[in-house]
Amino acid sequence: MAKISIHEWFTRKKKAKAETEAVSARLDIPGNLWIKCYKCSATLFIKDLEANLKVCPKCNYHFKLSSAERIKLLCDEGTFKELNAEIRSTDFLGFSDSQPYQKRIEDSMLKSNLMEAVITGEGQVSSIPVALGVMDFSFMGGSMGSVVGEKITRIAEHGMEHKLPVIVVTASGGARMQEGIMSLMQMAKTSAALQRLREFGLPYIVILTDPTTGGTTASFAMLGDIHIAEPGALIGFAGPRVIEQTIRQKLPVGFQRSEFLESHGMVDVIVNRKDLKSTLTKILRFYKD
Amino acid sequence: MAEAKNGIKNLLEFEKPLVPIFKKIEELKAVSAHGMDMTEEIKMLQKRIETLRREIFQNLSPIQIVQLARHILRPTTLDYINMMVEDFVELRGDRNYGDDPALVGGVGRLNGKPVLVIGHQKGHTTKELLARNFGMANPEGYRKALRLMRVAQRANRPIISLVDTPGAYPGIGAEERGQSEAIAKNLREMAALTVPFVTVITGEGGSGGALGIGMGNRVLMLQYSIYSVISPEGCASILFRDATRAPEAATASKITAKDLLEFDVIDEIIKEPVGGAHNDPSASAQNIQVSVTKHIEELSKLSPRELIADRYRKYRKMGIFIES
Repeated sequence: MAKISIHEWFTRKKKAKAETEAVSARLDIPGNLWIKCYKCSATLFIKDLEANLKVCPKCNYHFKLSSAERIKLLCDEGTFKELNAEIRSTDFLGFSDSQPYQKRIEDSMLKSNLMEAVITGEGQVSSIPVALGVMDFSFMGGSMGSVVGEKITRIAEHGMEHKLPVIVVTASGGARMQEGIMSLMQMAKTSAALQRLREFGLPYIVILTDPTTGGTTASFAMLGDIHIAEPGALIGFAGPRVIEQTIRQKLPVGFQRSEFLESHGMVDVIVNRKDLKSTLTKILRFYKD
Repeated sequence: MAEAKNGIKNLLEFEKPLVPIFKKIEELKAVSAHGMDMTEEIKMLQKRIETLRREIFQNLSPIQIVQLARHILRPTTLDYINMMVEDFVELRGDRNYGDDPALVGGVGRLNGKPVLVIGHQKGHTTKELLARNFGMANPEGYRKALRLMRVAQRANRPIISLVDTPGAYPGIGAEERGQSEAIAKNLREMAALTVPFVTVITGEGGSGGALGIGMGNRVLMLQYSIYSVISPEGCASILFRDATRAPEAATASKITAKDLLEFDVIDEIIKEPVGGAHNDPSASAQNIQVSVTKHIEELSKLSPRELIADRYRKYRKMGIFIES
């Protein structure tokens, strides 16, 4: 077989995927028109749901957004410029669970159309320039490996270099176990970078979305000057299952949800998605004006 | 403290080849009690135990090292403090919520020089372990640690952290009081410490709970300690969907001192006595003391600004990825 670069391989696969998608789009499968709300089970017309920013009009359940959707929601149109898009994960441990890590990375790229679990770049929120990182749960559960840690660190450094406020939108199951101790070390790296940002006197704002747990929460997700959360998001250190197994008790309703964190003093404000940009703008103006 | 030269009791599965020799010694001792002199024979057998032990310990698998790291007799933080630190005064409480017995700290002298020591505290009996929550700290433990680190900073004294925890405690109260925030804040603040800071992984380096006090300028590991993002059992049950595959997970995740030295995550391996630290706790304490002293002396030559820069460099370069 002829040797191809990873980039070529990726482009080819992407093209193939786009083609199959085009076919299914033409077929107009009815199954793709409707969705049941995960929370209240109401049947929702997908177009309506999307028009409502993927929030259930019946029960206010906030469906997950992709990083692209989140950027569109927060940034002024056409202002977002991605940085460090070319950093990729690699299987340096030779780790294999049900499949090799390398294959998992490649499959995730195809499935999510992303290079990694976070997109970082510069953009404008209501004409205020910001350094922005947006995590994407669809890439290996938003897990933090070397690349996520590096990109978060670099966006903090970019903020320092250009004197920009730094905003990170979190969505992550925690550390990426396939990278062993190196994933743990990302907690140290990102936190150290945020310490510098703090010394620099620049604001760091975290937007917590569903779910944010594990090593991500115990590092850059909980270090904001301001913590904004979407309603009902699962936010915690240990996952609910781990806690249940440890204490052998059922967990109370609403445990580890945004509202629970707010009442325990860990979150500044819970904001509905439709108000997220305007609230963020008000906070940014506090720093900017 | 644990009986230093533990005999037949508490031998690990892989040490079982030693059992017949221990039994033989006991028999000979019984005979000697009746007046026959067996001193020479017993000496010979004890030598054989040493030789065989050396052989067994030459080729330990990662899961066997995990067992040693968790050994019930493995010296704890307070054991090491008692052996290494003079004039130790334990300091308690986070000044906000309470005192966490799973994470201890205090001031004392190492080789006559003032130091602050913090560390996770386990125990040697079920009762002790329960009292210490198996070394799994709550948020107030991490907040106490930070408070003490700042005490050291204001006094311009070096900090030593001894890491030995299965992980930060995953409980309801811990979540209510902000386990994540407590650990995250420690990580950020440790990056800014202006005094020499040396971390030693003495037993189990369990994930964020370990790192929460473990961001030293130098990170040293005892030979049979482990340091990992998740326990081998946790890794096996999540990724392999089968907790019994922990041995495999232990190997795959690269959690031994040797592996982590290769990845530059740690700076040095501290030798343990044959049979592991619990087989000769004072020898183990001695090794730690020598190594920690050396690193503190080196770091003491750096200015506060250089210490921060030195730490930043260390953690900034963590990560392996491809950039085209």
